[in-house]
Amino acid sequence: MLTLQYIPFNEIENLSSERRIAKLLAIVKKNKIILMQGRLKSIEEAGLIEKTMEEVNKEFKGIELCTIYPTIDNNSKVTKQIKNAMIKMLMGDREGLTIIGPATVVKEIKRNPDKIELFTHSLASRRLLQGRK
Amino acid sequence: MIDALKTLLNKLIPSLFAKKKHMRIGLYGPPNSGKTSTANRICKDWLGEDAIMGSVSEIAHETREIQTKENIHMKKKGKELTFNLIDTPGIATKIDYEDFLKHKMSRKLAKERAKEATKGVIEAIKWLDNMDCVIVVLDSTTNPYSQVNITIIGNLAARNIPVVIAANKIDLKKANVKSIEAAFPQYPIVGISAEQGTNMEELYESIVKMVR
Repeated sequence: MLTLQYIPFNEIENLSSERRIAKLLAIVKKNKIILMQGRLKSIEEAGLIEKTMEEVNKEFKGIELCTIYPTIDNNSKVTKQIKNAMIKMLMGDREGLTIIGPATVVKEIKRNPDKIELFTHSLASRRLLQGRK
Repeated sequence: MIDALKTLLNKLIPSLFAKKKHMRIGLYGPPNSGKTSTANRICKDWLGEDAIMGSVSEIAHETREIQTKENIHMKKKGKELTFNLIDTPGIATKIDYEDFLKHKMSRKLAKERAKEATKGVIEAIKWLDNMDCVIVVLDSTTNPYSQVNITIIGNLAARNIPVVIAANKIDLKKANVKSIEAAFPQYPIVGISAEQGTNMEELYESIVKMVR
Protein backbone atom coordinates (compact mmCIF):
# COMPACT_ATOMS: atom_id res chain seq x y z
CA MET A 1 0.00 0.00 0.00
CA LEU A 2 1.19 3.48 -0.82
CA THR A 3 0.46 6.39 1.50
CA LEU A 4 0.11 9.85 0.03
CA GLN A 5 0.15 12.74 2.48
CA TYR A 6 -1.17 16.10 1.39
CA ILE A 7 0.45 19.14 2.95
CA PRO A 8 -1.30 22.47 2.41
CA PHE A 9 1.06 25.41 2.13
CA ASN A 10 -0.24 27.02 5.34
CA GLU A 11 1.20 24.05 7.28
CA ILE A 12 4.76 25.08 6.40
CA GLU A 13 4.25 28.76 5.65
CA ASN A 14 5.38 30.04 9.03
CA LEU A 15 8.19 27.56 9.56
CA SER A 16 11.86 28.43 9.11
CA SER A 17 13.64 26.74 6.18
CA GLU A 18 15.33 24.31 8.57
CA ARG A 19 12.06 23.28 10.18
CA ARG A 20 10.32 22.96 6.79
CA ILE A 21 13.05 20.60 5.60
CA ALA A 22 12.99 18.61 8.87
CA LYS A 23 9.19 18.26 8.70
CA LEU A 24 9.17 17.05 5.09
CA LEU A 25 12.04 14.66 5.64
CA ALA A 26 10.42 13.18 8.75
CA ILE A 27 7.29 12.34 6.74
CA VAL A 28 9.26 10.86 3.83
CA LYS A 29 11.26 8.72 6.24
CA LYS A 30 7.97 7.12 7.31
CA ASN A 31 7.74 5.85 3.71
CA LYS A 32 5.00 8.28 2.76
CA ILE A 33 4.78 10.24 -0.49
CA ILE A 34 4.23 13.95 0.06
CA LEU A 35 1.98 16.01 -2.17
CA MET A 36 2.64 19.56 -1.07
CA GLN A 37 0.79 22.64 -2.20
CA GLY A 38 3.30 25.13 -3.54
CA ARG A 39 7.04 24.82 -3.67
CA LEU A 40 10.17 25.24 -1.65
CA LYS A 41 12.61 28.01 -2.51
CA SER A 42 15.57 26.86 -4.66
CA ILE A 43 17.91 27.28 -1.70
CA GLU A 44 15.55 25.16 0.45
CA GLU A 45 15.52 22.47 -2.25
CA ALA A 46 19.33 22.36 -2.07
CA GLY A 47 19.05 22.29 1.73
CA LEU A 48 16.64 19.35 1.48
CA ILE A 49 19.10 17.44 -0.71
CA GLU A 50 21.95 18.27 1.70
CA LYS A 51 19.96 17.08 4.73
CA THR A 52 18.83 13.98 2.84
CA MET A 53 22.44 13.07 2.08
CA GLU A 54 23.33 13.46 5.76
CA GLU A 55 20.64 10.93 6.64
CA VAL A 56 21.26 8.28 3.96
CA ASN A 57 21.80 4.89 5.57
CA LYS A 58 21.02 1.21 5.03
CA GLU A 59 17.24 1.76 5.21
CA PHE A 60 16.94 5.29 3.87
CA LYS A 61 18.47 5.67 0.40
CA GLY A 62 17.38 9.21 -0.33
CA ILE A 63 14.43 10.88 -2.01
CA GLU A 64 12.77 11.47 -5.33
CA LEU A 65 11.65 15.04 -5.73
CA CYS A 66 9.64 16.91 -8.32
CA THR A 67 8.25 20.42 -8.36
CA ILE A 68 5.84 21.70 -10.94
CA TYR A 69 4.68 25.26 -11.28
CA PRO A 70 3.29 27.40 -14.06
CA THR A 71 5.92 29.37 -15.93
CA ILE A 72 5.31 32.80 -17.38
CA ASP A 73 5.48 32.63 -21.14
CA ASN A 74 7.37 35.72 -22.26
CA ASN A 75 5.94 35.35 -25.74
CA SER A 76 2.32 35.56 -24.57
CA LYS A 77 0.25 38.75 -24.79
CA VAL A 78 1.27 41.60 -22.47
CA THR A 79 -2.10 41.49 -20.66
CA LYS A 80 -1.65 37.77 -19.98
CA GLN A 81 1.91 38.38 -18.77
CA ILE A 82 0.69 41.09 -16.38
CA LYS A 83 -2.11 38.79 -15.15
CA ASN A 84 0.36 35.96 -14.55
CA ALA A 85 2.80 38.29 -12.78
CA MET A 86 -0.03 39.51 -10.50
CA ILE A 87 -1.04 35.93 -9.65
CA LYS A 88 2.61 35.11 -8.92
CA MET A 89 2.91 38.18 -6.67
CA LEU A 90 -0.23 37.27 -4.71
CA MET A 91 0.37 33.53 -4.53
CA GLY A 92 4.16 33.55 -3.98
CA ASP A 93 5.44 30.04 -3.24
CA ARG A 94 1.87 28.69 -2.92
CA GLU A 95 1.71 28.20 -6.66
CA GLY A 96 2.44 24.78 -8.08
CA LEU A 97 2.84 21.36 -6.51
CA THR A 98 5.76 19.50 -4.95
CA ILE A 99 6.03 15.73 -4.83
CA ILE A 100 8.59 14.13 -2.52
CA GLY A 101 8.89 10.41 -1.97
CA PRO A 102 11.40 8.03 -0.42
CA ALA A 103 13.73 6.47 -3.00
CA THR A 104 12.91 3.02 -1.62
CA VAL A 105 9.27 3.52 -2.68
CA VAL A 106 9.47 5.92 -5.61
CA LYS A 107 11.75 4.62 -8.35
CA GLU A 108 11.58 7.65 -10.59
CA ILE A 109 9.54 10.76 -11.24
CA LYS A 110 9.61 11.64 -14.92
CA ARG A 111 8.66 15.17 -15.73
CA ASN A 112 7.96 16.57 -19.15
CA PRO A 113 6.69 20.08 -19.62
CA ASP A 114 3.05 18.97 -19.45
CA LYS A 115 2.93 15.71 -17.47
CA ILE A 116 4.39 13.86 -14.51
CA GLU A 117 4.89 10.11 -14.35
CA LEU A 118 5.61 8.53 -10.99
CA PHE A 119 7.14 5.06 -11.07
CA THR A 120 7.21 3.00 -7.90
CA HIS A 121 9.21 -0.06 -6.92
CA SER A 122 7.31 -3.34 -6.74
CA LEU A 123 6.34 -4.44 -3.23
CA ALA A 124 8.97 -7.19 -3.27
CA SER A 125 11.80 -4.87 -4.28
CA ARG A 126 10.55 -2.25 -1.77
CA ARG A 127 10.93 -4.82 1.02
CA LEU A 128 14.42 -5.57 -0.21
CA LEU A 129 15.37 -1.91 -0.40
CA GLN A 130 13.93 -1.21 3.04
CA GLY A 131 16.28 -3.62 4.72
CA ARG A 132 14.98 -7.05 3.74
CA LYS A 133 12.15 -7.28 6.29
CA MET B 1 48.48 54.60 20.53
CA ILE B 2 51.58 52.77 19.26
CA ASP B 3 49.83 49.45 19.81
CA ALA B 4 46.82 50.62 17.82
CA LEU B 5 49.13 51.73 14.99
CA LYS B 6 50.91 48.37 15.03
CA THR B 7 47.58 46.52 14.83
CA LEU B 8 46.50 48.70 11.91
CA LEU B 9 49.77 48.10 10.04
CA ASN B 10 49.55 44.36 10.68
CA LYS B 11 46.10 44.36 9.11
CA LEU B 12 47.05 46.57 6.17
CA ILE B 13 50.40 45.09 5.13
CA PRO B 14 49.23 41.55 4.33
CA SER B 15 46.31 42.86 2.28
CA LEU B 16 48.64 45.18 0.35
CA PHE B 17 50.86 42.28 -0.67
CA ALA B 18 48.17 39.63 -0.87
CA LYS B 19 47.97 37.78 -4.15
CA LYS B 20 45.09 38.88 -6.34
CA LYS B 21 42.29 36.33 -5.99
CA HIS B 22 41.48 34.51 -9.19
CA MET B 23 37.97 33.97 -10.39
CA ARG B 24 36.51 30.58 -9.49
CA ILE B 25 34.68 28.74 -12.24
CA GLY B 26 32.82 25.66 -11.07
CA LEU B 27 31.59 22.61 -12.93
CA TYR B 28 28.22 21.43 -11.66
CA GLY B 29 25.74 18.82 -12.79
CA PRO B 30 24.19 15.47 -12.02
CA PRO B 31 26.40 12.35 -11.74
CA ASN B 32 27.80 10.96 -15.00
CA SER B 33 27.07 14.06 -17.06
CA GLY B 34 30.76 14.47 -17.89
CA LYS B 35 31.94 17.20 -15.51
CA THR B 36 35.38 15.68 -14.98
CA SER B 37 35.74 14.88 -18.71
CA THR B 38 34.96 18.55 -19.42
CA ALA B 39 37.43 19.67 -16.73
CA ASN B 40 40.09 17.35 -18.17
CA ARG B 41 39.50 18.74 -21.66
CA ILE B 42 39.80 22.35 -20.41
CA CYS B 43 43.03 21.45 -18.55
CA LYS B 44 44.49 19.73 -21.63
CA ASP B 45 43.59 22.65 -23.89
CA TRP B 46 44.95 25.38 -21.62
CA LEU B 47 47.56 23.74 -19.38
CA GLY B 48 49.01 21.14 -21.75
CA GLU B 49 48.41 17.55 -22.85
CA ASP B 50 49.51 16.01 -19.54
CA ALA B 51 47.29 18.14 -17.34
CA ILE B 52 44.17 16.41 -16.05
CA MET B 53 41.71 17.17 -13.28
CA GLY B 54 40.72 13.66 -12.27
CA SER B 55 39.83 10.13 -13.29
CA VAL B 56 36.62 9.38 -15.17
CA SER B 57 34.46 6.28 -15.04
CA GLU B 58 31.14 5.00 -16.33
CA ILE B 59 30.26 4.21 -12.71
CA ALA B 60 28.46 7.17 -11.14
CA HIS B 61 30.08 9.22 -8.36
CA GLU B 62 33.66 8.75 -9.54
CA THR B 63 34.39 12.30 -8.33
CA ARG B 64 33.57 12.37 -4.63
CA GLU B 65 35.66 15.34 -3.53
CA ILE B 66 36.10 18.88 -4.80
CA GLN B 67 39.06 19.04 -7.23
CA THR B 68 40.78 22.30 -8.16
CA LYS B 69 43.18 23.38 -10.91
CA GLU B 70 44.64 26.78 -10.33
CA ASN B 71 45.78 29.53 -12.68
CA ILE B 72 44.21 28.51 -15.96
CA HIS B 73 44.91 31.31 -18.40
CA MET B 74 42.42 31.44 -21.25
CA LYS B 75 42.78 33.73 -24.27
CA LYS B 76 39.87 34.04 -26.64
CA LYS B 77 39.26 36.64 -29.36
CA GLY B 78 41.56 39.19 -27.73
CA LYS B 79 40.06 38.65 -24.28
CA GLU B 80 42.04 37.07 -21.47
CA LEU B 81 40.83 35.29 -18.39
CA THR B 82 42.72 33.68 -15.51
CA PHE B 83 40.74 31.43 -13.23
CA ASN B 84 40.74 28.48 -10.88
CA LEU B 85 38.68 25.60 -12.22
CA ILE B 86 36.69 23.64 -9.64
CA ASP B 87 35.28 20.22 -10.42
CA THR B 88 32.50 19.16 -8.07
CA PRO B 89 30.93 15.79 -7.25
CA GLY B 90 27.65 15.09 -9.07
CA ILE B 91 24.54 16.23 -7.23
CA ALA B 92 21.97 13.51 -6.57
CA THR B 93 18.90 13.10 -4.36
CA LYS B 94 19.47 9.40 -3.70
CA ILE B 95 22.47 7.11 -3.32
CA ASP B 96 22.18 3.36 -2.97
CA TYR B 97 25.35 1.31 -2.53
CA GLU B 98 23.63 -1.60 -4.25
CA ASP B 99 23.76 0.33 -7.53
CA PHE B 100 27.55 0.01 -7.39
CA LEU B 101 27.34 -3.75 -6.89
CA LYS B 102 25.98 -4.00 -10.44
CA HIS B 103 29.43 -2.89 -11.59
CA LYS B 104 31.08 -5.91 -9.93
CA MET B 105 32.28 -3.86 -6.99
CA SER B 106 32.72 -5.59 -3.63
CA ARG B 107 30.07 -4.85 -0.98
CA LYS B 108 32.66 -3.14 1.22
CA LEU B 109 33.91 -0.89 -1.60
CA ALA B 110 30.34 -0.13 -2.72
CA LYS B 111 29.36 0.95 0.79
CA GLU B 112 32.47 3.11 1.09
CA ARG B 113 31.81 4.71 -2.30
CA ALA B 114 28.19 5.44 -1.35
CA LYS B 115 29.23 7.02 1.93
CA GLU B 116 31.85 9.18 0.22
CA ALA B 117 29.34 10.08 -2.51
CA THR B 118 26.83 11.43 0.05
CA LYS B 119 29.58 13.59 1.56
CA GLY B 120 30.53 14.73 -1.94
CA VAL B 121 26.98 15.92 -2.67
CA ILE B 122 26.94 17.91 0.59
CA GLU B 123 30.34 19.43 -0.23
CA ALA B 124 29.25 20.36 -3.78
CA ILE B 125 26.16 22.17 -2.43
CA LYS B 126 28.19 24.02 0.20
CA TRP B 127 30.65 25.19 -2.49
CA LEU B 128 27.88 26.90 -4.47
CA ASP B 129 28.48 30.03 -2.40
CA ASN B 130 32.17 30.13 -3.41
CA MET B 131 31.65 30.23 -7.17
CA ASP B 132 31.99 33.28 -9.39
CA CYS B 133 30.69 31.53 -12.51
CA VAL B 134 29.45 28.03 -13.24
CA ILE B 135 29.47 25.69 -16.20
CA VAL B 136 26.50 23.37 -15.72
CA VAL B 137 27.35 20.13 -17.52
CA LEU B 138 24.27 18.18 -18.63
CA ASP B 139 24.10 14.88 -20.47
CA SER B 140 22.36 15.69 -23.75
CA THR B 141 21.19 12.09 -24.13
CA THR B 142 18.95 12.27 -21.04
CA ASN B 143 15.73 14.11 -20.14
CA PRO B 144 16.78 17.63 -19.05
CA TYR B 145 13.65 18.18 -16.91
CA SER B 146 15.11 16.41 -13.88
CA GLN B 147 14.67 18.05 -10.50
CA VAL B 148 18.42 17.97 -9.86
CA ASN B 149 19.07 20.04 -13.01
CA ILE B 150 16.30 22.47 -12.05
CA THR B 151 17.52 22.75 -8.45
CA ILE B 152 21.14 23.38 -9.51
CA ILE B 153 20.17 26.07 -12.02
CA GLY B 154 17.61 27.59 -9.64
CA ASN B 155 20.24 27.86 -6.90
CA LEU B 156 22.73 29.54 -9.23
CA ALA B 157 20.03 32.00 -10.32
CA ALA B 158 19.11 32.70 -6.68
CA ARG B 159 22.76 33.51 -5.97
CA ASN B 160 23.13 35.64 -9.15
CA ILE B 161 25.97 33.42 -10.39
CA PRO B 162 26.45 33.57 -14.18
CA VAL B 163 25.82 30.24 -15.90
CA VAL B 164 26.70 28.61 -19.19
CA ILE B 165 25.22 25.19 -19.92
CA ALA B 166 27.43 22.61 -21.63
CA ALA B 167 25.18 20.02 -23.30
CA ASN B 168 27.69 17.19 -23.27
CA LYS B 169 27.93 13.87 -25.18
CA ILE B 170 26.79 15.27 -28.54
CA ASP B 171 28.88 12.56 -30.19
CA LEU B 172 26.26 10.00 -29.10
CA LYS B 173 23.29 9.14 -31.34
CA LYS B 174 20.66 9.88 -28.67
CA ALA B 175 22.01 13.41 -28.04
CA ASN B 176 19.31 16.08 -28.11
CA VAL B 177 20.66 19.58 -27.49
CA LYS B 178 17.33 21.10 -28.57
CA SER B 179 15.54 19.55 -25.58
CA ILE B 180 18.03 21.26 -23.24
CA GLU B 181 17.51 24.53 -25.11
CA ALA B 182 13.74 24.12 -24.66
CA ALA B 183 14.11 23.38 -20.95
CA PHE B 184 16.44 26.28 -20.16
CA PRO B 185 15.79 28.95 -22.82
CA GLN B 186 17.18 31.80 -20.69
CA TYR B 187 20.76 30.42 -20.58
CA PRO B 188 23.55 30.18 -23.16
CA ILE B 189 23.84 26.53 -24.20
CA VAL B 190 26.73 24.96 -26.09
CA GLY B 191 26.57 21.40 -27.38
CA ILE B 192 29.94 19.73 -26.75
CA SER B 193 31.65 16.39 -26.62
CA ALA B 194 34.24 16.67 -23.88
CA GLU B 195 35.57 13.22 -24.75
CA GLN B 196 36.12 14.05 -28.42
CA GLY B 197 36.90 17.74 -27.87
CA THR B 198 34.05 18.84 -30.15
CA ASN B 199 32.83 22.47 -29.97
CA MET B 200 35.15 23.32 -27.07
CA GLU B 201 36.17 26.58 -28.77
CA GLU B 202 32.52 27.65 -28.73
CA LEU B 203 32.30 26.78 -25.04
CA TYR B 204 35.43 28.87 -24.29
CA GLU B 205 33.91 31.83 -26.14
CA SER B 206 30.76 31.50 -24.01
CA ILE B 207 32.84 31.31 -20.81
CA VAL B 208 34.77 34.47 -21.67
CA LYS B 209 31.54 36.21 -22.70
CA MET B 210 29.82 35.11 -19.48
CA VAL B 211 32.59 36.48 -17.29
CA ARG B 212 32.96 39.86 -19.00
